Amino acid sequence: MTSSSTQASSENKGLMKVIMASSVGTLIEWYDFYIYGAMAVIIAKQFFPQDNPTAAFLAALATFAAGFVVRPFGALVFGRIGDLIGRKYTFLLTLLLMGGSTFAIGLVPGYAKIGIWAPILILLLRFIQGLALGGEYGGAATYVAEHSPANRRGYYTAYIQTTATLGFFLSLGVILSTRKFMGVEAFNDWGWRIPFIVSALLIAISVYIRLRMAESPLFAKIKSEGKVSKNPLKESFAHKSNLKMVLLALFAAVMGQGVVWYTGQFYAQTFIERTLSVEFEQVRYLLCIAILAVTPFFLVFGAWSDKIGRKTIMMAGMFLAIVTYRPIYKAMYALGDPKAKTEVAEKSSKGIAYAVNAAGDSTITTTTVSAFTDGSTLKLVKKETVLADKSKPAVKPETTKTFWLSSSGFWMMTFWVFIQIIYVTMVYGPIAAFLVELFPTRIRYTSMSLPYHIGNGIFGGLTPFIATRLFDASKTTDNPTGDPYVGLWYPILIAGVCFILGMLYLPSKNDEDVMD
Amino acid sequence: MNSLKRILGFVWIALALAAIYLMFQRAGHEINKAIADNKAVLDTRMFWYIIIPIFTPIMLGLTLFGWYAWKGEYDEIPRDSAHLVD
Repeated sequence: MTSSSTQASSENKGLMKVIMASSVGTLIEWYDFYIYGAMAVIIAKQFFPQDNPTAAFLAALATFAAGFVVRPFGALVFGRIGDLIGRKYTFLLTLLLMGGSTFAIGLVPGYAKIGIWAPILILLLRFIQGLALGGEYGGAATYVAEHSPANRRGYYTAYIQTTATLGFFLSLGVILSTRKFMGVEAFNDWGWRIPFIVSALLIAISVYIRLRMAESPLFAKIKSEGKVSKNPLKESFAHKSNLKMVLLALFAAVMGQGVVWYTGQFYAQTFIERTLSVEFEQVRYLLCIAILAVTPFFLVFGAWSDKIGRKTIMMAGMFLAIVTYRPIYKAMYALGDPKAKTEVAEKSSKGIAYAVNAAGDSTITTTTVSAFTDGSTLKLVKKETVLADKSKPAVKPETTKTFWLSSSGFWMMTFWVFIQIIYVTMVYGPIAAFLVELFPTRIRYTSMSLPYHIGNGIFGGLTPFIATRLFDASKTTDNPTGDPYVGLWYPILIAGVCFILGMLYLPSKNDEDVMD
Repeated sequence: MNSLKRILGFVWIALALAAIYLMFQRAGHEINKAIADNKAVLDTRMFWYIIIPIFTPIMLGLTLFGWYAWKGEYDEIPRDSAHLVD
């Protein structure tokens, strides 16, 4: 082996260490962020009782405000610190804040024990999570990009891009395995706290790794030359020349990338679970398989963007999403639509159970199980309560629907989710390199973090919320089931506008020089 | 191409202003309807109290983007970051 190839190999090893150290921490931050969302229903029962309007209000704030409103503020706060004192210590701080608040969520006593303080504490901790996440990504992406050679920047930063998806996978995996190990009842009672508490261990490992890392060489260089920005916020957003690039990054790239990401990875889940009522574990298993299969494509498209340009790949991903979302969701709907299937009468069953409680209220539970020729099954449980005290208002009957996909249906559904996440890898894989190349070193952390978190946190993060609301609003007396595809107009419209803006205004060639 | 970029600047301004108007108009309509029907009043209010304060400044940002486009600020994207700090 020649001395130059030995040196190249040792440089490569050093770079991989940098990437792994950054990625592990970012992955854990995403894990922390997602477990709250994945257990929102259990958390709502423990901390936000629906019969208390203040608690219900705080629940909505905790779910949405922390995820969407606070993240851009975190980007501003930590982006500024990162541009003033350095990348390494800033994203060490975000990691500690995220880990500490996640661990603390796992320890907060429920509403039954401490009353209104329970939702208030959860809300506060969720805000800290949002702030920390807002500061983490820009630091990790910048740190890796500033270590990477120009011709491989897309490839190396794509490792950071895998962390959001892998963090989601890890959260699903930990929740599913804890639930399986303890049983559903114990999990819903107290076992849900375990995934939060486990975070402390993950964070401790990550902090140990990150403490051993050196500062970004580009930041260290400008610091030694005394060229560090004195006011990164002012330089980023008060100077027209940089502000116009922040706006360009947001509207011509990140806005569309955000909605494609959240549609593929999160709205797909909402659609399968809420619109099609597919069973809880089936949904999570198919998501886990699709995510695992798709993850290498982040690296593929990141590397490809080094060769043919970031814009080409991101715009292609956006275009494919715009034109294929409706056919894909129609195919998904067909897989979970019992009306389109043939029932096997001899395999179907109906059972009725009566129960009377101490107050004399009687409950009639009708369970109907329908088996279909393709192997899928539908279970409808209708609960009707007749109150003994006739002066009380009548209780509305409750119907819960659970649908089990057939084996082939499960794999087809996995395939459609896989395709949607392929689009995610196309738009998201190259975005870190793209953003890093758009801004100068002295204000890079601040400048790239804000459009990233507005695009992903707000435009993207609100996708399931807005799409589900559009679906609910489409339900009328004439059409009580509503239009299941109407929610897709939100991501299609946003990605469509972003695609036109990107095609027109974004530069086609990568800016290789990030040393400025 | 640059003329198209500039002319479309007006479209982005119009789009942003239309989005702001539609948000307020839709919010008023839905909240009033929820109150009249006495159905999901808190949920409807919550949705719009979250959406309007978040999206209005972002749409103002799109207006600014359109203004810059119209002024020709995006005719040439700087290749060198020295141009990005005045």
